[in-house]
Amino acid sequence: MLELTPEELTAVRLSLKVALWATVVSLPFGILIAWALARGRFWGRSVLNGLVHLPLILPPVVTGYILLLLFGRRGPIGQFLAEAFGIVIAFRWTGAVLACAVMGFPLLVRAIRLSIEAVDVRLEEAAGTLGAHPLWVFATVTLPLSLPGIIAGAILGFAKAMGEFGATITFVSNIPGETQTLPSAIYTLTQIPGGDAGAMRLTAISVAISLGALLASEWLARIVERRIRRS
Amino acid sequence: MSLEVDVELRLGEMTLAARFATAGRLTALFGRSGAGKTSLVNVIAGLTRPDRGRIAVDGTVLVDTIRGIHLPPHRRRIGYVFQEGRLFPHLTVRQNLTYGRWFKPVAARWGSFDGVVDMLGIGALLDRRPALLSGGEKQRVAIGRALLSSPRLLLMDEPLAALDEARKAEILPYIERLRDEAGVPIVYVSHAVSEVARLAATVVLLAAGRVVATGDAVAVLGRLDLMPAAGGREGGAVLEATVARHDDRYDLTILACAGGEVVVPRLDRPPGSPARLRIQARDVMIATAEPHGISAQNVLRGQVAEIGQPSGGGVDIRLDCGGQVLLASLTRRAVDQLDLHPGLAVFAVVKTVALADS
Repeated sequence: MLELTPEELTAVRLSLKVALWATVVSLPFGILIAWALARGRFWGRSVLNGLVHLPLILPPVVTGYILLLLFGRRGPIGQFLAEAFGIVIAFRWTGAVLACAVMGFPLLVRAIRLSIEAVDVRLEEAAGTLGAHPLWVFATVTLPLSLPGIIAGAILGFAKAMGEFGATITFVSNIPGETQTLPSAIYTLTQIPGGDAGAMRLTAISVAISLGALLASEWLARIVERRIRRS
Repeated sequence: MSLEVDVELRLGEMTLAARFATAGRLTALFGRSGAGKTSLVNVIAGLTRPDRGRIAVDGTVLVDTIRGIHLPPHRRRIGYVFQEGRLFPHLTVRQNLTYGRWFKPVAARWGSFDGVVDMLGIGALLDRRPALLSGGEKQRVAIGRALLSSPRLLLMDEPLAALDEARKAEILPYIERLRDEAGVPIVYVSHAVSEVARLAATVVLLAAGRVVATGDAVAVLGRLDLMPAAGGREGGAVLEATVARHDDRYDLTILACAGGEVVVPRLDRPPGSPARLRIQARDVMIATAEPHGISAQNVLRGQVAEIGQPSGGGVDIRLDCGGQVLLASLTRRAVDQLDLHPGLAVFAVVKTVALADS
């Protein structure tokens, strides 16, 4: 009962890989955009904000379909990537990474943005008067002080990627060993007779991973918080 | 060093329009709360952009709105000690102190780390985090941090305002050492007459966003017409004196100033050394005949130089005691009863003499 079948194990491994990559790849962009939204004064700021939040309010299927239209073999970006670099992401695990990254992005950016906004601007000003260029101020003051929020955002993005289903299945389908992530595998098992036991096992694993991620984020945030405010 | 400021900035209801130049070692930007002092230092530091104007330090133009120059704060080399310290909470005291040094080429650095740490007495705090420091310690670290960034000008915005009297007394000597030893010109913002009288060589007096007087501290603080802007009830004259001799029997020190001798509680300095006194206007009484049988030890001979505009029931009077200015606050009735008028010879009875420096 507790033993996983090779197919199920593959789905778990794939999901972890996809979620990890989705988090790692989107983190730098997420920090950059969160900074721009929190501190920047530029034209089109609200447009950017809306664009980032779009995947949160669109039906996941629609997001997946838009990705397919853009990054599919015949889509404008997909065609360019294939011809110029030989990169194909549609119906590949890398496509699943893209879908998960896009879906988790709003959560990631939101958490980081809030923690950057919470950093005292007066400390940044002080760093400026000491001779630090704005980029250095960001690296040495803003970033370390908003680290708890960045960790929280990253874990939130990771958890979202672990559970992403709609956009992934629409964009890269449900190919065992390539794009069949944990949620897709559970969905497949519920569609076949006698799949209940497998679905239950994967559900338990899914709950365990999500809970573990949440606990890890709390723990990390507390360590960082203590390091920053430490006496 | 020279600092030239001529800026205009709209601040809600008020317009800050300040113009002054100073070459002093410690210039006090002085005025009541809301006079625009902090806004003016923020403009000098580059944290706020003026609507119009020009700022230059030692001939280097930092701001010139006509020529479109606006140097960002990190390229001005102006140290800033904020009212609330603003230490970085995630760094140790040592890291806070060295923060500004990273951004300076070795050639542009001056002042050794150990020297500054010694001068401010913060050697024991180096490995602590700011959260564990007292208010006074925080301000000393903030001063050290600004100093170690090798600025060509140091701005201090009411660095003592958030501290109690004991902490103030703890830090003031460090600021004096800074002024006398560090060799960096200081612009010191304050609304406290006592601090200005003690520290400043040059005073720029601000009122409602405008510079109403600039000049030597003793001269500006001794002007009758500036009393309301300079401190109201706290106002008073500053006297330069030298230690004449000590009275061992009564534990007193006799100071000589232009208007005569002044007796104060014993000072721990040798005869001949300078001292600065501050005599608040409300602590001065006036007699038309030499008073006898009076407990006050200090009676100075002088004459009425100017009688100010009455406000309410009170009038401020400027006395000339042998070239030394003394201010006195009297009631209008007293002025009439004694028939005070410019040129009248009087005796000033001083109840309390406060030492402006220590």
